[in-house]
Amino acid sequence: MYKITKKKVLNEAVDLMHIEAPLVAKNAQPGHFVIVRVDKDGERIPLTIAGMDGDQVHIIYQKLGYSTQLLGEKQEGDFVEDFVGPLGKAAHIRDKKHVVGVAGGVGSAPLLPQLKAYAEQGTKVTLILGGRNKDYIILRDQYAPFCENIIITTDDGSLGQKGLVTDALKPLLEKDKSIDHVIAIGPVIMMKFVTLMAKEHEKTIDVSLNPIMIDGTGMCGNCRVSIGGDTYFACIDGPDFPGEEVDFDELMSRQNYYKDQEHDCYMRLKR
Amino acid sequence: MIKTPRTKMREQDSQERIDNFLEVALGYSLEEARQEAMRCIDCKNPKCVLACPVRVKIPEFMKLLLEDALDESFHTIYEDNILPSICGRVCPQESQCEGACILGIKSEPVSIGALERFVGDYGMEKGLANTGKPESNGIKVAVVGSGPAGLANAASLRKKGYDVTIFEALHDYGGVLKYGIPDFRLPKEIVTNEIDNLKDLGVKFVKNAVIGKSLTIDQLFEDNYQSIFIGSGAGLPSALGVPGENLNGVYYANEFLTRVNLMKSRTKEFSKTPIKLGDNIAVVGGGNVAMDAARTAKRLGAKNVFILYRRGREGLPARLEEIHHAEEEGIDFRLLTNPIEIIGENRIVKQVRCEHMKLGEPDSSGRRRPLPTGEYSTYDIDNIIISIGQKPNPILKDNTLGLETQPWGGIITDEFQMTSIPGVFAGGDVVTGAATVILAMGAGKDAAHHMHEYLQTKQQ
Ligand SMILES: Cc1cc2nc3c(=O)[nH]c(=O)nc-3n(C[C@H](O)[C@H](O)[C@H](O)COP(=O)(O)OP(=O)(O)OC[C@H]3O[C@@H](n4cnc5c(N)ncnc54)[C@H](O)[C@@H]3O)c2cc1C
Ligand code: FES
Repeated sequence: MYKITKKKVLNEAVDLMHIEAPLVAKNAQPGHFVIVRVDKDGERIPLTIAGMDGDQVHIIYQKLGYSTQLLGEKQEGDFVEDFVGPLGKAAHIRDKKHVVGVAGGVGSAPLLPQLKAYAEQGTKVTLILGGRNKDYIILRDQYAPFCENIIITTDDGSLGQKGLVTDALKPLLEKDKSIDHVIAIGPVIMMKFVTLMAKEHEKTIDVSLNPIMIDGTGMCGNCRVSIGGDTYFACIDGPDFPGEEVDFDELMSRQNYYKDQEHDCYMRLKR
Repeated sequence: MIKTPRTKMREQDSQERIDNFLEVALGYSLEEARQEAMRCIDCKNPKCVLACPVRVKIPEFMKLLLEDALDESFHTIYEDNILPSICGRVCPQESQCEGACILGIKSEPVSIGALERFVGDYGMEKGLANTGKPESNGIKVAVVGSGPAGLANAASLRKKGYDVTIFEALHDYGGVLKYGIPDFRLPKEIVTNEIDNLKDLGVKFVKNAVIGKSLTIDQLFEDNYQSIFIGSGAGLPSALGVPGENLNGVYYANEFLTRVNLMKSRTKEFSKTPIKLGDNIAVVGGGNVAMDAARTAKRLGAKNVFILYRRGREGLPARLEEIHHAEEEGIDFRLLTNPIEIIGENRIVKQVRCEHMKLGEPDSSGRRRPLPTGEYSTYDIDNIIISIGQKPNPILKDNTLGLETQPWGGIITDEFQMTSIPGVFAGGDVVTGAATVILAMGAGKDAAHHMHEYLQTKQQ
């Protein structure tokens, strides 16, 4: 059992939690993820580590499906059944001059430690945060200390410029020739289009993939993704991969295979 | 006496059992066990013992059984095999003890597995394995993985007085015994009971600890563990390597069985980790894993389940009993049939194309090599489950500097089961590649002996 030492509601759909987990915190680095099981018969849900201090591991999750809803019902002082990590490979912080980080929705959480690591090594960083509306723009204040240039886009224009993250990225890539790398974390469809744009401008790009996972330790093979025509297990070889090589369409279809079952789960929780 | 036929174990009816996950084989009554044990002719040089990987004193435990000394009979087995209820159920007896039984030449061998199971279950019910907590000698030892190798290693070291902690990556203990082998063959209560026995012995268990990630081997040494046993198994599924393998509806057996066993999903009931399964299911492979996957699919309601296997019947590596049970349950065996392409529509699997094979000369495994014929068939399917083998998980290798491994990932050990890192030992599937419960258990036990010697020398 792992104690929830802090909980903060970031918006109607997204919470932040601090979980006491010394075995995860000990070796955790940017890019690593954890698997959480809320209760005894729970599903194993993968969540990227958003930060850590001491024995505490920070997670940020969107209450999308049954299990994240269930997690959202837990309060400070409650416990989760299982919490294992750090899993996956730590993000590869490259030797770059100017990196643009692009985050969609909760993608802002896993991007934070990565972009910070770039800033700390002296790389110039620019951030684009995108969301459905102003409530979905999260963690902006945490980026501010190390990132001067933050561009915000919302679908409805309730904050920043109205439009998609790619609308903001395009002029940036056209104008600022010092940019030599992009990181995109968010919905697969967003990562796909950001990758296409980065490729068009001949910039390297890293993305963070989120296929369905069960064990998260390389045992089931459910998390397999095609990278450059070869199969990799996202839980042990990733979750970060060079965007240019990723078969995003395959990933999207594999994510959707269990959609109807997830819906069934969700309906039961609502009842 | 030899003429007495084998005492058959009672079984659940094949038509009833395909609707449930209850155990198929029902075990012997005391009467039946006696009747079967009586068939043993007590050879002077019992070949069965030599053919047992851990040398269980088979004629001796049977004699004690016949003398009504059931407790002693149990302890006789337990000295060599700490998991008799499990091994009695899952060992490939026909190629070990029973395969060597003299009676088998002219008639049928003694049902040693069924008898081991009977005595094991008797001991389990009476709590005979529970011998209290041995005094601790204060020397800390770490065990990586809670499969049969890790469990046997931990039990042996604890009995020698060591302060033993098992670190397990998953949220439950038992390794393949929990996440792989289905209930209808090995009820999970039996595995849980064995784990509880170890807890009573004073073995400590830590779940959700991925060694190499949560804690490294170096960090275990820093935490004052004096020696480490790696029993992390062979959990990484091997790929078929044919086009279409990443289509939706293509499962590796590990995913399929994990969803059902560890995550408790059944199609007919509500589960948070469900399993999506259609009517027509192909299972690729001919081992125990393939049989388990096929029979599980049947129990989940699939109408047509067939095995695709590139060799002939004699080449099937599964336990004989499982092959029989699978046939009784209506699993169709399409032998000498090699899948070469998985075909999909809208990224969902629809068909599998296979080449028919014929048998050639024996290959390095001693089995006749399957050769292509140039003739093909295509079958309509809703799902395909790939069960052609597993390799060791790379996490430990990738995160442990100086740990030498084979090109296929197996950890290299010397004759004392020590790895390239002093004080770190290994055994079970992670050393041999996917093998058997009894071999893993034996390796864990033997390693405990070597670790004890190593630690004694080190203390001096
Ligand atoms: C479906 C199936 C059916 C089978 N049927 C039979 C049968 O009928 N008869 C038979 O004899 N054999 C059978 N086998 C084979 C048998 O189960 C294995 O040979 C045996 O379990 C190997 O034992 P082990 O202890 O080496 O590894 P495992 O049982 O694989 O246990 C390894 C454990 O280590 C854990 N682990 C891995 N990496 C780490 C890490 N880095 N840190 C912490 N923990 C880790 C794993 O999660 C796992 O729990 C079957 C296997 C399968 C998959
Ligand atoms: S989640 Fe099971 S192998 Fe990656």
